[in-house]
Amino acid sequence: MTRYSALSLIRQGFAGHNGWPRVWRDATPRSGYDIVIIGGGGHGLATAYYLARNHGLTNIAVLEKGGLGGGNVGRNTTIVRSNYLLDENAAFYEHGMKLWTRLSRDLNFNVMLSQRGVLNLAHTDAQMEAFARRGNAMRLNGIDAELLDVAAVQQAAPLLDTSPDARFPIVGGLIQPRAGTARHDAVAWGYARAADALGVDIIQNCEVTAIRRDRSGAVLGVETTRGLIGAEKIGLCVAGHTSQLAAMVDLPLPLESHLLQAMVTEPVKPCLDTVVTSGAAHCYISQTDKGELVFGGDLDGYPSFAQRGETPRIEHICASAVALFPAFSRLRLMRTWGGVVDMSMDGSPIIDRTPVPGLYLNGGWNYGGFKATPAAGWCFAHTIAHDAPHPLVRPFALDRFARGATLDEKGAGPTPALH
Amino acid sequence: MMLIPCPWCGPRPRVEFTYGGPDPSTHPRPADTAPLDVWTRYVYERDNPKGEARELWRHGAGCRQWFVVERDTVTHAVAASEPLPGVEDPR
Amino acid sequence: MTKAPDETGIAPQACRLETGGHIDRDRTLRFRFDGRTLTGHPGDTLASALLANGVRLVARSFKYHTPRGILAEGAEDPSGLVALGRGARHEPNTRATMTTLTDGLEARSQNAWPSLRWDAAALMRPLSAFMPVGFYYKTFQWPPQVWPLAEPVLRRMAGLGTSPRQPDPDTYEHRTAHCDVLVVGAGPAGLMAAWAALAAGARVILADERASLGGCLLKERTVLNDAPAADWVQTVLGELTSDSRVTVLPATTVTGQHDHGFWLAAERIYDRPDTDPAAAGPRQRLWHIRAKQTVLATGAIERPLVFAGNDRPGVMLAGSVRAYLNQYAVAPGHKAVVFASHDEGYRTALDLVAAGIPVAAVVDPRADVRGPLPDRVRALGVPVRDGYVIGDTRGTASGGLSAVSVHRYRTGGDMVSVGEWLDIDLLATSGGWNPTLHLHAHTGARPIWDAETLAFQPDPDRGPAWLAGACGGLKPLDAVLLSGREAGRGAAEAAGLRLPEGGSPCPTVAPDDPAQATAGTRRAALWAVPKPAVANGKRFVDLQSDVTVEDVALAHREGLESVEHLKRYTALGMGTDQGKTSNVTGLTLLAAARHQPIPEVGTTTFRAPYTPITLGALAGTATGEQFAPVRRSPLHDVQAEAGAVFQATGLWLRPRFFPRDGETLAEAVQREVRTTRERVGMVDVSFLGKIDIQGPDAAEFLNRVYVNGWTGLPVGKVRYGLMLREDGMVLDDGTTARLAEDHFAMTTTTANAGRVMEHLEHALQVYWPELDVRLVSTTDAWAAIALAGPRSRQLLTFVTDLDVSNDALPFMGVATGDVCGIPARVFRISFSGELAYEINVPAGYGETLWRRLSQAGSALGLTPYGSEALGVMRIEKGHVAGPELDGRTTPHDLGLGRMVSTKKSFIGHRLLERPALTDPDRPRLVGLVPEDGRTRLLAGSQIIAVEHAGAPPPIPRLGHISSACSGPSVGHPVALGFLTGGLEQWADQTVLVTYPLKGTQVRARVVPPQFYDPEGSRQNA
Repeated sequence: MTRYSALSLIRQGFAGHNGWPRVWRDATPRSGYDIVIIGGGGHGLATAYYLARNHGLTNIAVLEKGGLGGGNVGRNTTIVRSNYLLDENAAFYEHGMKLWTRLSRDLNFNVMLSQRGVLNLAHTDAQMEAFARRGNAMRLNGIDAELLDVAAVQQAAPLLDTSPDARFPIVGGLIQPRAGTARHDAVAWGYARAADALGVDIIQNCEVTAIRRDRSGAVLGVETTRGLIGAEKIGLCVAGHTSQLAAMVDLPLPLESHLLQAMVTEPVKPCLDTVVTSGAAHCYISQTDKGELVFGGDLDGYPSFAQRGETPRIEHICASAVALFPAFSRLRLMRTWGGVVDMSMDGSPIIDRTPVPGLYLNGGWNYGGFKATPAAGWCFAHTIAHDAPHPLVRPFALDRFARGATLDEKGAGPTPALH
Repeated sequence: MMLIPCPWCGPRPRVEFTYGGPDPSTHPRPADTAPLDVWTRYVYERDNPKGEARELWRHGAGCRQWFVVERDTVTHAVAASEPLPGVEDPR
Repeated sequence: MTKAPDETGIAPQACRLETGGHIDRDRTLRFRFDGRTLTGHPGDTLASALLANGVRLVARSFKYHTPRGILAEGAEDPSGLVALGRGARHEPNTRATMTTLTDGLEARSQNAWPSLRWDAAALMRPLSAFMPVGFYYKTFQWPPQVWPLAEPVLRRMAGLGTSPRQPDPDTYEHRTAHCDVLVVGAGPAGLMAAWAALAAGARVILADERASLGGCLLKERTVLNDAPAADWVQTVLGELTSDSRVTVLPATTVTGQHDHGFWLAAERIYDRPDTDPAAAGPRQRLWHIRAKQTVLATGAIERPLVFAGNDRPGVMLAGSVRAYLNQYAVAPGHKAVVFASHDEGYRTALDLVAAGIPVAAVVDPRADVRGPLPDRVRALGVPVRDGYVIGDTRGTASGGLSAVSVHRYRTGGDMVSVGEWLDIDLLATSGGWNPTLHLHAHTGARPIWDAETLAFQPDPDRGPAWLAGACGGLKPLDAVLLSGREAGRGAAEAAGLRLPEGGSPCPTVAPDDPAQATAGTRRAALWAVPKPAVANGKRFVDLQSDVTVEDVALAHREGLESVEHLKRYTALGMGTDQGKTSNVTGLTLLAAARHQPIPEVGTTTFRAPYTPITLGALAGTATGEQFAPVRRSPLHDVQAEAGAVFQATGLWLRPRFFPRDGETLAEAVQREVRTTRERVGMVDVSFLGKIDIQGPDAAEFLNRVYVNGWTGLPVGKVRYGLMLREDGMVLDDGTTARLAEDHFAMTTTTANAGRVMEHLEHALQVYWPELDVRLVSTTDAWAAIALAGPRSRQLLTFVTDLDVSNDALPFMGVATGDVCGIPARVFRISFSGELAYEINVPAGYGETLWRRLSQAGSALGLTPYGSEALGVMRIEKGHVAGPELDGRTTPHDLGLGRMVSTKKSFIGHRLLERPALTDPDRPRLVGLVPEDGRTRLLAGSQIIAVEHAGAPPPIPRLGHISSACSGPSVGHPVALGFLTGGLEQWADQTVLVTYPLKGTQVRARVVPPQFYDPEGSRQNA
């Protein structure tokens, strides 16, 4: 692998940039692998990378039905955080936060991690108390958190309307200063490049059409649009379509696929230096390095695989953005898109073995798959390599619903669209 | 925005409705005496079809009736709607 | 063309043609650009007015900060972006081409410092060799301090214009419209379609993004029916606008196609020529259009040819040059070269010559070009350089075009490296036309590549709309008009209308019209001209995002070779123009690099909106107080009169406390609690959800939705109920009264009122349709006041003849009768723990009830109290509320396990049996008091073991404080919380209540969660 550095940029600059190699090889499938990862998004690529790096397993293929990174890893609002209330979530996402902070170096690829803070706005005293509960829990878990009063909120985001006359006046906020954003595509490409360098085959335009099993039910491999590929172990990392893949082995899951929209404005000079979220206004806002303001909000509310959303949600999110930042009213919305997300029944993910020997599951990421990318890859790789869940993901077991040990961060119950 | 054909009120914009899970005819609530794992599956597991789906919807901003919609989850095309079993279709 | 300054001292419009154009020369409009006062005319856009004044440099590019001018004349222009307005009306990144010139318009250049002409950031350009596409991915990884320093610098370089800093003073609105036929685009095809649909009697909406309607008929020297085409446009528009079935919307961009015939259109009201700027009204209007049928007549977008130095101001699309000449009577240059890969270049040359602008050459990559148009150009003495290309350009000090080099060229890319320089200041270029298929493709249609026209054509199977004119494929003008008529008739018929025999005749096109001649001619598949060995400029594919041919090649070399990867890696087409002039070229270059045919490389997804929409228009009227509906209790005004301070709680505005002269919140709450506990207080409880339940099976229904039993509840009694979700967690609690055998009145918490109603309706309709029960929400029908305190009964006797003695109306009883002369329901229930009555009257009588109670109670020392005092009293009493019912608690967790009936089934009862829900180590409700008897315990605190004081994280949590107050009635602070194992494990033990966010820790004793009158003697009094 040609190392990326300022020096190599200068050297290539004098050579007309003719010497840059491919970021990853476009591999053609071999007849079989030790491990096949289905899904060439962030989680699949990270899993392959950590299988190779942490566990020395390199006879691995990552199969992607379209182009690498074309799914949710490239459709999210790029937020990275570990500001969770429940201990199980906190431990997992904080492990991820630590991986994030060294990811650019680990991958030798600048994922443009910007630790600009994620600020949750409180609009009532009750919300402030709920934030305190979460912030105190975070602190006990060794995660950074600060409670802000209105003046501090105003300082963090000067264009916010903090007047008491606002429809939902801001009474304070909870900020995780180490949280922030990362360049989503860079995460996919960086993992792909690093995994490829360790010998992983990344195979694009290769859609899995069936999962082959032996008489005992154990996996043998996958049938794909590019032929049969043998595998001793198969890992599913197909956010949005997990139910469809699991249906190939008659495995029903506690998942429903929903549509989550995101959108950006035209780029402007820096005007928002932190990530701002508001539960009352149902939106989250940040500014990309390019200058676009990125908005996200709630689900459209019904199952969809369409990757395009409806206008009422867009209008509501924009109204929310203007309610929070009245100065943004004259900016223009430039692009909207949708991602298909696996909503789980308790709002928390699933990383586990499955009843099918050799088949491993990583899904149910709800709104939060992007920030989980490094930790999910790390823990899923461990789970596959050891045929036993990584301690951090034991709470994310598939049988937690039967046991009653759900991880309901929002307390919304088994209604996926409410998480 | 989709138009959902409410059996009582006619086609109305989607924002007047809420989605309420799979069609209870294909996803019935178990008997009280059913084993716990049957109940767990009922409450938590979903077929989550990609393509044609039979879904439960409610016209919350209109007649407040729950009814079944046949809808394609990929194209969003709505093929039909019908009242719940035992309820007369007003159309 | 040169004119002397007029008497005002303002420079004349040096590049305005003497005659022609669809502008009103009788009126002069003044505007400012970068502080200079300039003039134009009604009918101008800001772009045409700038060009009329000889202003060519208008912007700086995104990445390299190189000079940018105006490339196009419409929405596709990638580079002529300016800032408009000042202060609160500042608006960045606006296309000059889409801005209607108005008197007093204020425009400024952006992304340049200190000035447009001398931009410091442009000094970085020599470093561009080391900043290839995606360079930032390849550096700054290490050491960790570097990227946090570099990022702010990159952020400041990027970003184009600046955000406004003040709230927008203008207003916006939404409008919903239904029609039989929506026609998008008011060019020849769209006008014909709208006219033909109207002739069939259709309700028509005709929308066009331009302020002036007519499309190409205004931009070309077209003659229809032996008269200027503009006459025909006015005739048809007259027919349309005079008919009430038609809505004509100029300056309205249909931005997206959505499901089931739903279209969004953004109307820029202030850009409409018929808008009176003095009349206050909304600035923009967002149309929600539900159309039975839609005709897309969106035309086609011209694409530029790519060659070194193609970004200089003065390089312009050939069709746009004609529009500036013909529609705006503007000379975009003094001497021109035309460089096009098809016959339309000759059309531009003819128009230039007709306008008196010398054409140094028509440069055409095709060899041996013959045909009516080339021959006409040759006959005028204009040199035709067929088999030649433009290889490079030179510029003036300010960046404008000054010369082009012409090179011998053979198809296949073989170019003579040394060219001949021609000194000119205008280069009209065209690489062909792309049908405008964005709207066609928004709901999933995939355009198909057509090698004949070298463009994507519509997907014939997938698009739900009719396509007319050039967006359905390039065709001669008479065919365009006919296709519009046919689409309009087809759409009207499909919408259920009967077609007339005749009507809406197509106008006659002159046989020698250039538009008849160019459509079918040979086109050169030239996308990017090779770069000469020594070149002055870069070859830009995307003029806004600064993506070059080399960038596309580099992306491919690095394996980012799918369309989606190219777009994401290079930012090609990701600018505010969404790549309207660059996407197809980028795609073809990628296909060439991959040695694959274009169809195999694909096309990018077209995403709404077609052009950007202001957030203000999307928000509509949902701003300020109208962002969300405000719910007010029927007692709102009378409480405001009584001095209530309100707080937004969900959608409600709830009285929080009633301060008396100078009292703080704490003081007022203290007083309200004390008065209520010692005398009597009253509080508005109208916010609680209320559901009326009637029918023979009502009791059975309640039995199935509540955990406790209901069939045995006598008439005239009230019972507290707990309702679960199917997963066994508490959904809501509240009291329900039996008013008759078959009639119950349920209350829910304020927050869950809607959800509970939906839950009950679901249960009734989906689970148990056999039950004969009716439900109706009566939340808004009743005003409700709780009278609480030892004197509440006394007060009540002053205002009612009802027997409210403890015998007649005991705790948890209900009575019906007149209170203050108003028909009322009186519930003997208590949230505060005091002797209390909740009086419900029809909402309209609420204010009267409040006033009469206030009056009657003054002698007894009555005080109104708010949600704060209510909260304090319920915590002291140990009642659970929102913070305890957080969706993760079971009845057992709340200490209410004994309510759960084992003799019947109810929603949630089966999953409640799951092992993790019956684990004795679950966090359960407890009470906590500070050991020192003084220090407040704060809600939101966490609970840890005493021995973990000062331990490093992670510290195991034992639980948390859900609600807390100063405990004014018990003399010390109290709190409710959840503790692993509950009272069974922790009674009377000490734990540490910690609040790391403030660095505080309090030792607290665990006690039962009832602090005030645990025996209930007061409420039973």
